[in-house]
Order: sequence, then C-alpha cells, then structure tokens
Amino acid sequence: MATINKNAIQQVVTLVSNKRIGAYHQILLNVGDVVKSCRPGNFVAIRVGGDSSKMILRRAFAISRVADNSQYGGTMELIVAPHGSGSKWLCSQQEGAEIDIIAPLGTAFGIPTEPINALLIGGGYGSAPLFGLADVLKNRGCKVDMLLGASVGSKIYAPMEGKRSVNSLKIYTEDGSMGETGRVTENLLDIVRDRNVDVIYSCGPMAMLSAITALVAETEVIHQCAVEESMACGVGICMTCVLPVQNEDGTTLMLRSCIDGPVMDGSNVRWDLVGKVPEALA
Amino acid sequence: MTLPVDMSTTLGNAWFPAPLFTASGCASSGKELAQFFPLNQIGAVVTKSVMSKPRHGRPTPRMAETPSGMLNSIGLQGPGIDSFLANDVPWLLEQKARVIVSIAGETVEEYSTLARKLRSVSGISAVEVNISCPNVENRGLVFACDPDASRRVIDGVRKTIGGDLPIIAKLSPDVTDLPSIARGVVDAGADGLALINTVLGMVINIDSMRPHLGGKTGGLSGPAIKPVAVRAIYQVHAALPKVPILGMGGVASGRDALELILAGASGVSIGTASFGNPSAIIEIQNELRDLLAARGFATMQQAIGYAHREEA
Repeated sequence: MATINKNAIQQVVTLVSNKRIGAYHQILLNVGDVVKSCRPGNFVAIRVGGDSSKMILRRAFAISRVADNSQYGGTMELIVAPHGSGSKWLCSQQEGAEIDIIAPLGTAFGIPTEPINALLIGGGYGSAPLFGLADVLKNRGCKVDMLLGASVGSKIYAPMEGKRSVNSLKIYTEDGSMGETGRVTENLLDIVRDRNVDVIYSCGPMAMLSAITALVAETEVIHQCAVEESMACGVGICMTCVLPVQNEDGTTLMLRSCIDGPVMDGSNVRWDLVGKVPEALA
Repeated sequence: MTLPVDMSTTLGNAWFPAPLFTASGCASSGKELAQFFPLNQIGAVVTKSVMSKPRHGRPTPRMAETPSGMLNSIGLQGPGIDSFLANDVPWLLEQKARVIVSIAGETVEEYSTLARKLRSVSGISAVEVNISCPNVENRGLVFACDPDASRRVIDGVRKTIGGDLPIIAKLSPDVTDLPSIARGVVDAGADGLALINTVLGMVINIDSMRPHLGGKTGGLSGPAIKPVAVRAIYQVHAALPKVPILGMGGVASGRDALELILAGASGVSIGTASFGNPSAIIEIQNELRDLLAARGFATMQQAIGYAHREEA
C-alpha cells in the first residue's frame, strides 16, 4: 500500500486552452476528479515531446489553480514560461492535445485554521500558485496581501481575476517598467511590521526565497516557501532534487524537494549549503 | 489464440515469477512506486545501493538531461544499512514484494561488513554487490574497473555471507575486457552478474562554462546506452553461458527488454524509464509477454541468449 503521494494519479488528459499572457502561457487541462485532491503548492509532472522524443524526463510545473465547476468538469491551470525545450513543447500544444500527467505531487502550503494576516510573495511565474492559495486563505477569513516581483513588467503574472482575491497587491520590477523599481525584499520588514504579518507564503527563484528567510529570521513570522530544484522523476525515486534541510535534532539531511517539498519551512532550509554537501553524518 | 507465456526466471538459486525488476538506485526502497503498481507483480525490487553508514551523497546539481538519456551524480545518498534493514526491508516484505538488496562500500572490508549484516536477515532473495558506481570521489575506487579489486570484494562477500544467498555482481561497461572481469567475479563466488551500470559522462554548461554537475562527472543512463548494454550482455553471455545475467541499460519498452533477453539476460531491470513513467515496469512486462507469445516462446527462459544460436 502506498504511503507517499497517496492521491497521485497518472492519466492522459485533454488540453482545453492555451493562451499567451505576457511572457507566459496559461494552459488549462481537463483533468477530471483529481482536482478534488489538488492543494495550493502541489505540482504536476508532465511528459513532454511526444512518443518519439529524445526528452525522456517529465517536467514539473506548479499547479496554478484548479476549478471543479466549469463546463469541462475538473480543470487545472498552469502558468508556463517557454524557457527550455520541454516547456516550449508544452506551450506549443493546441486545444485538444492529449497530455500525460501525474498529479497531485508534493507537499502543499499549510492553511491556518484561524484567520491570520498572510503575505504572499511571488517572483516571476512563481506568482502563479499564489492566486489559488489566496482564494483558499480568503475563504478562511485571512487578510491576504501580495508582493510580486520580476526583472521586467512582461514577466509579472497578475491576472485580473486574481487581483480580486487579495486585499492589496504591490508590484516591483528591477527595471521599473511596472510598479516600483526594485525587488520584493526592498521594504519587507516594514511591511511585515506595519501589517502584522503572521505567515509569509512565497514561490519564486531560490535567491528570493533565501533572502526572505534571512530577513524574517529574527521575527516571529513563519515562512512557507515553494522551492524549485531540477527534478528527473518528480515522484521521489531519482534523488536528484535534494536540498539541505535541518532536522529538529539539528542534523542536516538532503531531502527531496519533490516529496518533502516543494513547500518547506524556509527556516529549516540550509540556504548556505545549497549546492554543497553538509557536514558528514554520524 | 496464443498460450500464456511462463514468465518466471531464476538468478542463481532464487526463483522469480516475473522477469522484470527495478534497477538499483532507480526505485529508492520501493515505497514511492507503490502508488503506481503493486510491487509484488514484478520479479523483485532491487533496492538503492546501501552503505554501512548514512550518507549525504554529492552536491546539486545532480542531474542533466541529455539526448535520449540523462546524467546522474547522486553519489550513493542513503540511510545506512541499519536504518535500511530496520525500516525498508520489513516494509517491502509486508507488501509481499521479493527483495534484492544492493550494497556498496568504499573498501573491501565495508562490503564484508554489509554482507555480515545481511546474513541474518530472512526474506531476501539475493544480494547485489554494486562494485561499479561511477559517482565516487576517487575513480580508483570503482572496483569493477580493476579485475583484482573486483575479485577481492566478491570473495569477501561470499566468505562472509555463507552458502545460500545468491550474489549478483554489478559491473561497469567502462572497461576494456568485460568478459575477463566477469569471469574473475564468478570465480570468486558470484552467482550472477548485473550488466550494466551507467556509463561515465559529463555535460558542460555553456553559460557558466564549467561542468554542469556538482560532482562534475555523472553516470549516463537511458535509451542512449541501450546498445552498450546489449553488447555487454552478448559478450559476457558468450563467454559465460551458464552464468545468469540481470540485464539493464536504457530499456524503455517490451522490445528493448526482449533485445536484452535475446542477448543473454535472464531478467531485465528498469531504471531511468521509471523516472519518465512510474508504471513503466508493469507496462514493459506486459509488452514483453505479448512479444514472446507472438514469437512462439512458451517460456521466457527459452528466449534467454537466443540471439547466440547457430545459423540454421
């Protein structure tokens, strides 16, 4: 009997729509009942390239949001940046294409039982899963503020309907082409203090997640981040996507970001040791 | 109408109802794949090579996809033999899965220590002695590249583990004379051979203009290396026709599995294909059964080494 990824299903699904939004593609898949077990933070592993492809590994994408009430039955939305050959293939798929997926995979963002003050921080397309999360938090009575950052305005993903699920939205770009000039970490501690933030939920580049962790280290704020490490399998068998994570007993272990993540407590990740090997185990 | 094919196989004195296995290092200890198929439906779960102590492995990046393949540079991350025997083996046996435990060491003595711990464990079908992991700091420590070191490791394991448990030596294709290495480990007490481990490779990142992997080199796996596996199995089966071979290397379909069996494999392990498709082993096993039936084989074992038959 399975104890890991208990809700994960491998299935061939139909692509319902593929729209270009700024630098990204919004891809909608008709996935059926599996939406019922998808939680914000979970990801999907998708086979790319077709049957005769030289690409042998699945690609992992954060599930942006799921819906259970549309005309198609359960749908899953992905926000994909066409960067590598796998994501470019997915972005080139047309309505009606058959896509082999495994979902839901990995850990989800922890949802508080009490109404809290939440700050959601997204970098680039990392903002995608945060809008689905914002909906869930709002329904729990949480106050939801959001900061989004990117190098340029075209890399900010902030859909109109998403803006409705947050109390406030502040945008930063490094070149100043949208919102304020700078990074999401610019005035983070002031924002945390002024808005009595209890929990930060973040998703984006590792440098951003690491910087947020360092900034809130001396505060009471809990930082839940969705990490991004390159994966071969997405289901826990290849051991390539590991990150150094500190245990309760103080030892550091190389944990798989696919099954012990992608959502992790930022304060447990040994950001200083990413790309290195921790001290030897006893 | 075709009759059902008897798919059973043997490796030494161990019998398996089906000829498809996981490949060590590509299925962890089985828990992760159990969501996708019942583990007792395949020949056996070959667990990730375990060492005497817990180990972090190599730094990230540990992976690079290559055309029809991938490089990995894990470096034998694992929980250590004590935790493995306390947690992973009992769980697998509860699932009614057959288990081949893969061990790896840095010294001849470490292999013997591991063998001593396995001796008293009941329910294990065989032990795979991985002497060919390419992801170690010192290439001089790849025992399987040195005929004398290979023999000493297997000899130590054989003497420690005693009579019954089959020993399968996992060998590297990165050698000049594979049949002679194979003959050496068989003489030292190996009952079977696992062929092939990954092929040593490297990818250079053209942005950083340095080796991409944290460990610089990695093991190449996937369909790209299948012809190397077929060649290695064919050569070794020709030299040692009575020694069972657990074949592996880029198998992604029933046709690939059949190719390895025709070359001389008694069983076939699936590694990298499971990364792209966690149900691959079951699908390949079903495809293989149909292919054997279509060629008139009543048993899988009749096809082992069939490519070596004399011209009619």
